[in-house]
Amino acid sequence: MDLMTIKDISPDQVIFWQWGSISLNATIVFTWMVMGLVTIVSWLITRHLSTDVHMSRWQNLLEVIVDGMRNEIREISQQDPGSYLYFVGTLFLFILISNILSIIPGYVAPTASLSTTAALAVCVFAAVPVYGVIRRGLGGYLRQYIEPTVLMLPFNVIGELSRTLALAVRLFGNMMSGAKIVAILLAITPLIFPIVMHALGLLTGVIQAYIFAVLAMVYIASATRVQEQHKRKQEDRKGEES
Amino acid sequence: MDSVSLIGMASVFTAGITIGIGSIGPALGEGRSVAQALSSMAQQPDEANRITRTLFVGLAMIESTAIYAFVVSMILLFANPFWDHVISKSGG
Repeated sequence: MDLMTIKDISPDQVIFWQWGSISLNATIVFTWMVMGLVTIVSWLITRHLSTDVHMSRWQNLLEVIVDGMRNEIREISQQDPGSYLYFVGTLFLFILISNILSIIPGYVAPTASLSTTAALAVCVFAAVPVYGVIRRGLGGYLRQYIEPTVLMLPFNVIGELSRTLALAVRLFGNMMSGAKIVAILLAITPLIFPIVMHALGLLTGVIQAYIFAVLAMVYIASATRVQEQHKRKQEDRKGEES
Repeated sequence: MDSVSLIGMASVFTAGITIGIGSIGPALGEGRSVAQALSSMAQQPDEANRITRTLFVGLAMIESTAIYAFVVSMILLFANPFWDHVISKSGG
């Protein structure tokens, strides 16, 4: 926590390098670091993939992660994980890695900045209609806004916006509070107790990464799933009529 | 009383009140949901995985209310716009 003083509420305020109006703050630097780490490690591992029985332990690790994510997505969305994996899995891995790396001294999680979390939440906000339109068509997607009655239209739109805000503020608040509590405790009880809170912060970070991914998946699934229920209902009705 | 001390006093007081009152509701809600989840897990140990997953998601949703209160109080304490405005106006 040497990088951020107790008064800095987000790593945006820590500026490493400035040239004119272009500035390089801690959020950007650590985001690039996480991106580079994830990309390089997975590139190194996937360079020598084998379909043989004997595989490297790193490939085994990646297979466990990817397979676990596929199973979770399948259970949550009740659909084939297929194309959801790329989006939700990337979100999960990025947030997870950036939260876990905060055990390294001097590192500040980029998710402790509202800019990063807002950007991730906007990605989810944009991905929901994209997946919805691909799955159900434009009309089918737009129809869910007036699903029970037309009266619900404003509430559905407000809900869409407020859940994006909630997604951003939840992740930011959790990560920021973890860093802030450790910083405050360091000033009060310097030796042992901050470590305990730091461990708790790591746990919160992992859970928040999971929750962000699950909520993104739930939002996407709610925009794509309804059609199948609708179809099933129509088929039931047809079956009853015939 | 001048506006600097008034704003400082109001900010500190409101920050404490915000996080104090704002954490009551989520605490009660989380306690209820955890108790309910534990009793369901005792009744149906086979479904423990599904219950735990739903519990975590639900807890995060409940907790976010407290987190909003926390963010507001942190903004009041460390990034208060009114305080900054008054300080910059008085040339500090």
